[in-house]
Amino acid sequence: MTDAPILTVNNLSVAYEGGGTSHTIIDGVSFTLRRGEILGIVGESGSGKSMTCRALMRLLPSSRLRVTGGSVWLEDGRDVLSLSQGELTQVRGRRIGMIFQNPASHLDPVMSIGRQIAESIRHHRKIGRKEAWARMLDILRQVGIPDPESRANAYTHEFSGGMRQRAMIAVALACDPDILIADEPTTALDVTVQAQILRLLQQLRDERGLSIIFITHDLGVVYQLCDTVAVMYAGRLCEYGAMHEVIHRPRHHYTAGLVACQPGSEGGTGRVHTIPGQPPSPGDMPPGCRFHPRCGAADALCAARQPPLRETHEGHACACHHPVGIEAEAEA
Amino acid sequence: MSGTRAISARRIRWPGTVTPLVLGAAILLTWLLIALFAPLLAPYDPIYQDAAVRLQPPSWAHPLGTDNFGRDILSRVIWAARIDLQIAVFGVVFPFVIGTVAGSISGFFGGWVDTIFMRVIDVVLAFPFLVLMLAIITITGPGLGSFYIAMALVGWVSYARLIRAQFLVLKNSDFAMAAVSLGYSNSRVMFRHIMPNAILSSVVFSMSDAVLVLLNGAAISYLGLGVQPPVAEWGIMIAEGQGFITSAWWITTFPGIAIVTLAMGFSLLADGLGEALGVRE
Repeated sequence: MTDAPILTVNNLSVAYEGGGTSHTIIDGVSFTLRRGEILGIVGESGSGKSMTCRALMRLLPSSRLRVTGGSVWLEDGRDVLSLSQGELTQVRGRRIGMIFQNPASHLDPVMSIGRQIAESIRHHRKIGRKEAWARMLDILRQVGIPDPESRANAYTHEFSGGMRQRAMIAVALACDPDILIADEPTTALDVTVQAQILRLLQQLRDERGLSIIFITHDLGVVYQLCDTVAVMYAGRLCEYGAMHEVIHRPRHHYTAGLVACQPGSEGGTGRVHTIPGQPPSPGDMPPGCRFHPRCGAADALCAARQPPLRETHEGHACACHHPVGIEAEAEA
Repeated sequence: MSGTRAISARRIRWPGTVTPLVLGAAILLTWLLIALFAPLLAPYDPIYQDAAVRLQPPSWAHPLGTDNFGRDILSRVIWAARIDLQIAVFGVVFPFVIGTVAGSISGFFGGWVDTIFMRVIDVVLAFPFLVLMLAIITITGPGLGSFYIAMALVGWVSYARLIRAQFLVLKNSDFAMAAVSLGYSNSRVMFRHIMPNAILSSVVFSMSDAVLVLLNGAAISYLGLGVQPPVAEWGIMIAEGQGFITSAWWITTFPGIAIVTLAMGFSLLADGLGEALGVRE
């Protein structure tokens, strides 16, 4: 891990516009990614973690969704959000690759796996068919697909779930990107295969210096894989910092709740802890801190003012008026 | 349009390996071979008139009988296969190509491009199919060339609508989005990834469309606007035999059977392909 950030997301905001109204879906999300770093973005469904990554690739799924502010700086000083369409096709795939939760639907069903990878190689590099095919076999071998010569001619439906995910990683890696965005790549896989894929991602980071943004709702996966964690709630970043710091000493009450929700983390009570209430819907966001209606420590200040994201310790930031453990430490 | 598909081959229990696909392909192959080897198979010259054997019923010398000019019906049915297969193929290929291009552009780009294409399609659809075809053929003059032009101008709308609908669904599909995330250009995503997936249902439709085109071709020739006499064509043969339907049934019946079997071949192939490719209707 070197110190120069390879990707800097600054104050990214996305709004949904429809029927004359505008709802902010993503509200001022900022984070940085260094070379060889694995950043986990954690949050429950609808917290905006996938949307954040779609937005920074300018891949928003509907024309009603619009980036309303912020910037996404690449290593070379360009802002992804202000690139022309032509420059964008150079950045997508080449700089930033992406893999998804459901490889069965994200791979072309009527093109063989090998051809999809070879196409991806040839698209960004002017090399011949044969050379691309050889490189493709190489990549298949790297992502751990056995017997690539014969598997390359197979189609998506002929692969198992784990093999499909490996194939999708191969397609994304074919252009040799610096950054890989992994949108819940292991959620649809069983635990054994999940562990294999996580090991593969780690190995790719170690061998290629790949930086990875790993979107998940599973803190267990974050614990196994990530160097840093960003916790999102209702479209905002509520905690951001080094993985061990955040998991072992969560400052935000939401993160603390999430950690407590992990089965076995409390040890032996036999009941799984839950956070009371439901996350708010985008059209009906509570004022102030968006977590305050569900928070045990909330007071009048939390309902009135949005807490800024500020550093509580070295490399650990939290958006809470009453961070967990801070007062206790101050008293002690 | 849906009338030809009223009897679905899927409701019938097919014995063993004789699936609609195999049966349809076999019928089409048979007609193709008959057309290819017409000079060898036909016992007589299809346009040679022998006044001595006018209106003969089926016999050993003339297995399917002769018409009012003394021409051998079997030879004429065999030679006509060349013309009618050509009608079915060209009558489908041109609308298919035009409709696919128009539909994919319309569906992929949407917006005002889509609006323009859809309004043009509405205009074409507003006219009854045959009336519009007759109007176009009247302008361009009778003959097969005019028939193909008319088919292309009228028939592309069905393909355009089919492909457009597929594109509307597939352009928002996960794999199209994944292709965009790899930095592929619009045209690459459109033609390399969406098109091969979108085109399946059109291929299946084109088979049942071939039936309609065949019947249209026969109808146009029947009206004297398509193939010109004395060339052998099933539609013309039926038209010519019409005056003798009570006295010499064989003149109209055998070309009629030929049309029905060829149409059935296309129809069975369409059903079989639809099932094999997993195209839902």
